[in-house]
Amino acid sequence: MAHPKRKTSKQRRNKRRTHYKATAPTVMNCQNCGATVQYHRVCPECGHYKGKLALEKEVSA
Amino acid sequence: MRHRKNFNHLGRKSGHRKAMLSNMASSLIMHKRIQTTTAKAKALRSFVEPLLTKSKDDSTHSRRIVFSKLQDKEAVTELFRDVSPKIIDRPGGYTRILKTGTRLGDNADMCVIELVDYNENLLAAQEEKGGKSKRRRRGSSKKKEDSPKAVAAPQTDLEKKTPAVEETKEITSEEAAPEAAKAEETVNTNEVIAEDTAVAEEAAEIKAEDKDVSEKNDDQSEETPEEEPKKE
Repeated sequence: MAHPKRKTSKQRRNKRRTHYKATAPTVMNCQNCGATVQYHRVCPECGHYKGKLALEKEVSA
Repeated sequence: MRHRKNFNHLGRKSGHRKAMLSNMASSLIMHKRIQTTTAKAKALRSFVEPLLTKSKDDSTHSRRIVFSKLQDKEAVTELFRDVSPKIIDRPGGYTRILKTGTRLGDNADMCVIELVDYNENLLAAQEEKGGKSKRRRRGSSKKKEDSPKAVAAPQTDLEKKTPAVEETKEITSEEAAPEAAKAEETVNTNEVIAEDTAVAEEAAEIKAEDKDVSEKNDDQSEETPEEEPKKE
């Protein structure tokens, strides 16, 4: 079996990792209370989804 | 080969997975709403919905089939006695999955899965909006049969129409009047517009109907795009 001749240097490793990036989640404001909410999620503040009351507070928490 | 054996194993062996889904289905039926991870909820949905459909036919045979899946007689009783009369009119889609964010600890994608007919808040919101929004096109032939009856009323007295419009859309009453005039001109020539007026009068299935109408009369769709934003 073929094997690597050299250990991957720190520089090579780090350069490879420059392309590993985290993407920011897309957020919007809740139609009811204005809190910042991720898309397709129930608002954690007020339990509304698409401007309608979906879940009471204690359930959605 | 694994070809097309495409479902989520949920990291469990078959027996473990079946037992878990069975327990989750019983819990959902007993409590109407359970909190779980999104992956499990989606697996549960395809497990429990056929059982809910089975419950519409209350026979010993279907009870035994459901029991063979649930292995819980309280849940079976609850399903056939209390749940099935509520879901009898719903053609599938008995559950709703609402995503609620991620869990502390493993950052798992969490959600709430519930029986649609037991969420009082959303049911009330739906009624306020006015009935179910129409998502299927195939039923339109049925609607055409109904529509002539509805059309008959606005054709006879058009004046009656304008106050009705003002009641329904208080904010936009000023704009409603020219619309009515427009409708008056074309009402005799085009029945589709008349149907639109009927819809406005009822103010019931406004949104869905409007979409239908706008599809039908592409030429006279001047009114419909104006109306759509108001009704929301």
